[in-house]
Amino acid sequence: MNEQPIDITHSDEPAVDRRSFLKIAGIAVGALTVAELGGIGLAYLHPRTAEGDFGSVITAGAVDDFPPGSVTHVTNGRFYLTRFDDGGFLALHQRCTHLGCTVPWDQATEQFVCPCHNSQFDDAGSVLNPPAPRPLDRFAVTIDAGMVLIDTSSAIARDDFDGSQVVYA
Amino acid sequence: MRRRATISPDTTNRTAAETGLDRARKRLKPPPVPTDDRARSRLVLDTMILHLHPARIPQRTLKWTYTWGLGGLAALLVTMLVTTGVLLLTNYTPTAPDAYLSILALRSNVWFGDLLRNVHHWSANLLIVVAVLHLLRVFFTGAYRPPREVNWIFGIVMLLLILGANFTGYLLPWDQLAFWAITVGTSLISYVPFIGGWLGSLLLGGPEVSGATLLNFYALHISFVPLSLFVLMALHFWRVRKDGGLTLPRAAGEAPVEKPRRVTTIPYLIRRETVWALSWIAIILTFSVFVSAPLEGIADPNLSPNPAKAPWYFMGLQELLLHFHPFVAAIVIPSLALAGIISLPFLDHLTDHEGIWFRSGRGRSLAMLAAGCSLALSSAWIVADDLFLDWAAWLGNWPTIISNGFIPLAIAVMVLALLDLWVDKGLDGTLEERVLFLFTFLAVSLVVLTIVGIFFRGPGMELMWPWSIASGH
Repeated sequence: MNEQPIDITHSDEPAVDRRSFLKIAGIAVGALTVAELGGIGLAYLHPRTAEGDFGSVITAGAVDDFPPGSVTHVTNGRFYLTRFDDGGFLALHQRCTHLGCTVPWDQATEQFVCPCHNSQFDDAGSVLNPPAPRPLDRFAVTIDAGMVLIDTSSAIARDDFDGSQVVYA
Repeated sequence: MRRRATISPDTTNRTAAETGLDRARKRLKPPPVPTDDRARSRLVLDTMILHLHPARIPQRTLKWTYTWGLGGLAALLVTMLVTTGVLLLTNYTPTAPDAYLSILALRSNVWFGDLLRNVHHWSANLLIVVAVLHLLRVFFTGAYRPPREVNWIFGIVMLLLILGANFTGYLLPWDQLAFWAITVGTSLISYVPFIGGWLGSLLLGGPEVSGATLLNFYALHISFVPLSLFVLMALHFWRVRKDGGLTLPRAAGEAPVEKPRRVTTIPYLIRRETVWALSWIAIILTFSVFVSAPLEGIADPNLSPNPAKAPWYFMGLQELLLHFHPFVAAIVIPSLALAGIISLPFLDHLTDHEGIWFRSGRGRSLAMLAAGCSLALSSAWIVADDLFLDWAAWLGNWPTIISNGFIPLAIAVMVLALLDLWVDKGLDGTLEERVLFLFTFLAVSLVVLTIVGIFFRGPGMELMWPWSIASGH
């Protein structure tokens, strides 16, 4: 064995020598730098939200403004407000779930028909005709003091329409 | 450091008084300068040209019908786009909805504003066509094989950047055409697995195409994309020199040329380049005088036009979307195509037939056969799918991504495999002939899809004759 009492580099224990320590430290600092700058960059580019328009909570009107069995286009909120025959409300994002075109409401056939690829939806947003892969997204509806409020901050994707999505006054 | 002790033989002839410093000084001394102005300016120009081109080139590579001057034309178009683009910046406001108003003002209030916009628009569109034709030329003459595989990949990345430049530029006029083409185009991103939604809203700067999107696209269009393109162009030109210049054209069956006859770049190549460039500048200017770039009404997020079409170079993709689930049409198929095209020089790497159009006389016939098969099969598929194929209904229990996505894709792949088997066994094709056949088949399919998408899709994206669309029904 070695005569020298203290010699880290020649001991049998696996120790990190100077060279590889610097290399590892260098890589770690480099990775940290990239992560930091990447994080800052992504945070900087993160979508900015506009106040008071689409993306905020929008007051569509009083409950009685919407007769049962009607579909109303609220353009500044980018949604249709459906009031079913039983008086329930459902807010549907106007954006086709296929490729994002705005779907116009056709009162004669009582359908949304997408002009881009001919997807069709009923007044609850359910798909009547593909290629749309899922029903129209909805927005959360709340009714406060007789007014219908729609939170357009996030469109809620759904696989099917069911009664729990309908809000009553 | 130790001083080198050996003395090379040629130094023994020099006079003893000449030191290393003397020799260096002699080397740095400029060549004799011509005395008259004309010769002096020629010298400056010539040395500048020789930074880009070699002094002498094989005479064969000047052959017109070999390169069709496509690479040079692409470089010319980029130059024109940068020039007109910088000028357009002085009259453009990148905010919504002022962007549209600034385009209107450019067209009516600015001297030659409309002409400048048209030149920029048509050059950009022509650049896509030229870049794709350049890619096809390089493929069909076998000029992508070793040692040129790296340059092939640079070329593909540049094609993607050109598409990116066109796509980001498409939004800037902020008219209905721009708004909805970008809405449809960027909606494809949401089908990227896991990160699609996040990536889409990052690019758009929000949940839908808006003023934030316009600014993002503007930034990409005038800085990131062109800068990346310049770097890649420099690399591309450098690789052309490093790989020994262009491949030498030869007739089918002709043996490789060992020592090609060379001519000086000035004037033989430069004269041709100048004629070609000036002709195209004249063509584009004339065209732009008479044909205006499209501009519709101001963007309205609440009203999709019918039909809402993507930019023409993405119409092949949009046509695919009518036949496959979006994940398959917009993600799986383009990824496979990109992977395939990048791996071409590694798959098909024998350089025996380098410089021969379609590899051989037989190769030419095979390519024609592939084009014919593709024309027939692609059109038949489109019509059949429109009329009676209804996977989603037939396989109603399955999710549409399977029934209308992977099942038709599997059938398409099977048809390709059968065709390949036929070329391999039935026609006794070599590897390069099989690659040639499949590539030609798929390239023609893309052309068919694009043409159908542009000209044969009317309101509601219904399949109809171009003249019925033009007449309004």
